[in-house]
Amino acid sequence: MSDTTLTKSDGTSGVGPVEGVSLYDVDNPAPYIEAPRKRTSKTPRATRGNFEMIAWLFMRLSGVVLIVLVVGHLLIQLVLDGGVSKVGFAFIAGRWASPFWQFWDLLMLWLAMLHGANGLRTVINDYAERAGTRMWLKGVLYSATVFTVLLGTLVIFTFDPNIR
Amino acid sequence: MATPTMDKLEALEKDSTTSHLITVTFRIRRYNPEVAEEPTWQDFQLEIDPKERVLDALHKIKWELDGSLTFRRSCAHGICGSDAMRINGKNRLACKTLIKDVSPEKPITVEAIKGLTVLKDLVVDMEPFFQAYRDVMPFLVTKGNEPTRERYQSAEDRERFDDTTKCILCAACTTSCPVFWNDGQYFGPAAIVNAHRFIFDSRDEAGEQRLEILNDRDGVWRCRTTFNCTDACPRGIEVTKAIQEVKRALITRRY
Repeated sequence: MSDTTLTKSDGTSGVGPVEGVSLYDVDNPAPYIEAPRKRTSKTPRATRGNFEMIAWLFMRLSGVVLIVLVVGHLLIQLVLDGGVSKVGFAFIAGRWASPFWQFWDLLMLWLAMLHGANGLRTVINDYAERAGTRMWLKGVLYSATVFTVLLGTLVIFTFDPNIR
Repeated sequence: MATPTMDKLEALEKDSTTSHLITVTFRIRRYNPEVAEEPTWQDFQLEIDPKERVLDALHKIKWELDGSLTFRRSCAHGICGSDAMRINGKNRLACKTLIKDVSPEKPITVEAIKGLTVLKDLVVDMEPFFQAYRDVMPFLVTKGNEPTRERYQSAEDRERFDDTTKCILCAACTTSCPVFWNDGQYFGPAAIVNAHRFIFDSRDEAGEQRLEILNDRDGVWRCRTTFNCTDACPRGIEVTKAIQEVKRALITRRY
C-alpha cells in the first residue's frame, strides 16, 4: 500500500505522539483512569424504599400546580392594575387580609421551595462525585430550604399590618 | 471485507480501479497505559471506498498501518455488540456505520465509549456494565413444576416486550447517558431495557422483584429523559420509552 500515508497528529492536538521516551513501560505501567463510582458486585442493593418514586411524582404534580400559582402571582403583581409600581407595603397588607391569598402564598412558598430543593438535590446527586462533597452541598441546600420555608411561613401567619 | 477481490483489483491498472476510492482521515483516540499516562489523538490517512464501513477502515489501519491499534469486534455484522464506539461524537457500531454517512470529507474521529474505564485504545472495561445487567436478574423466573411442554404465550403477550428483546448489550445506550457518565452507580438504560424484557413477559413471575430493584436510588428515577439512549441504540430500540414504561408500572402497580 504505497498510496496510504501515516501522519502523526502534529498540530492537531496539544498532546504529542504516542512514541518516545516515557516514564512508563511494560514493567512500570501507568495506572488506569478509573471511571468514577462504578457499579460492582459490592454496590448496596435497594436502600430507601419508595422515596425516589415519591420525589419524582412530587416534581410532576407540584410543577403542574406551580404553573397556575406562579403565573397567577406574576399577573397580579406585575401586569394587572397598574403593574409593578402599585406593589408596596399597603398592597401586600391588603392582599394578606384575605385568607385566600394567605393560603395561595403559603402553598406557593412550600411547593416552590420543595420543588427547587428537590431539583437541586438531583443535580448534586448527578454531578458531585465524592461522598463528602455531596454531603456538604446537600447540607447547605437543606439548611437554606428549611430556613426559608420556616421564615416565610412565620411571616405569612404572624403578619401585622399595623406594625410600627 | 472483500479482501480477495481487493487484491485482484490492486493487481490491475490503478487508474481504472481506484477511481471510486477517496482519501479519508481517521482521527483515533489512542491510549496505552504502558506507554503514556494520557490518551492522545493520532491521525491515519487512507484510500478507501466510501461505501465501506468504519470497521473496515479500522481493520485496514490495524492490518496495514499500525498493528498496535486495539479494538473489539467479533461478528462484524451488527449482532454481537462488540464494536460500539464513539464515531464523530456519537455512539455507533463501527460495523454498521458506512464511511459515506459520517462526512468523510472531514477527519472522522473514533474514540472509546464514555463512562467506562479505558483499558487500551478503543477497549473499555465492560464489567460495571455487565454488573448492572446481572443486578436486574435477566433470566426467566417461574414458580411451580416445570411444564412438560413449552410455556405458551399469545402473540399479543409476546408483542408487549418485543422491542426490548432486540438488545445486543453493546453498551452504546448506557455510555451515551449523561447520568451514567457522572455516576456509574446508575443502572443505565441497557440494564433497564433488559429488566423491561422480563417485567412485561407474561410467563415471568419475578416482575415485582425486578421493579423493586429498579425502584432504588440508582434505578429508573435517575433517568432525566434526555433520549440520548434512544438516539444511540444501533438496533432502533425505543430505550427511553421502555424506561418510562417501567416508571409507569412502578407508579400504577398494586400494593
